[in-house]
Amino acid sequence: MRSEPYIQDQILTNLKTDLEKVQKAVAAALVDCKYSEFAHFAIRLCLEEAIVNAFRHGNRSEPGKVVKFFCKIDHEKAEFKIQDEGEGFDPEGVPDPTAEENLEIPSGRGLMLMRAYMSEIEHVPPGNTLRMAFKNTTDPAGESSA
Amino acid sequence: MNNSASVIQITDHSGVKKVTFTQRSIIDETVIHQIGKDIVVAIDAEIKPRLVISFEGVEHLSSAALGVLITCHNRIRVREGQLYLSDISKPIFEIFKITKLNKMFQIVERADLAMKSFK
Repeated sequence: MRSEPYIQDQILTNLKTDLEKVQKAVAAALVDCKYSEFAHFAIRLCLEEAIVNAFRHGNRSEPGKVVKFFCKIDHEKAEFKIQDEGEGFDPEGVPDPTAEENLEIPSGRGLMLMRAYMSEIEHVPPGNTLRMAFKNTTDPAGESSA
Repeated sequence: MNNSASVIQITDHSGVKKVTFTQRSIIDETVIHQIGKDIVVAIDAEIKPRLVISFEGVEHLSSAALGVLITCHNRIRVREGQLYLSDISKPIFEIFKITKLNKMFQIVERADLAMKSFK
């Protein structure tokens, strides 16, 4: 079992290849820190949504623009910070995709999923930095309460 | 029949088209876009499309994939067709519940039950 926290601090330049590398490294750290199967599912989904949003909506897919990625994973918590080069946005201004009138609109569910699955989520003003964390409920002996 | 042959398979069962996935993760944006295009081609080939999308073996799904499913739903409804989703694992069904899409889609346990449900 890992004794020191896993820390990754890097610049992502390519959505497809860098996201895949991040997912693999994070998954390995979660295994080392005895996170549950549910945690793996939730974190993978939320990282996907957050990093895709940063490249697509934050950086508007502009070539040359990068995404800063930081994570710290230990037995208690997996923390992530994703920062894009966009102007930011007001997360409260995003329409509720579960409202009757929005249900058939194909986009706008990523933020909702991150809010549902992560223990903590915060958009740092002006909104181009996302902090999120998942608290581990698995004890060191491997018993999960999640 | 479809360009994303390594990702989805579309088979015909007496006029009902069944979509199955050959990958466990439906999260790659490019792949999802291609899946959407292939399914739309299958929908548009029918006057009244009848479609089953089976998620057997699928373990991960992103919001972009949900977007494709909604587009398919809307397209089929306009053409007065029918769409069923089946074989959805518990973790993925949770995503449908969180987004309340379980209320919009007709979801059945297995593809064979979906086949029997068409009018």
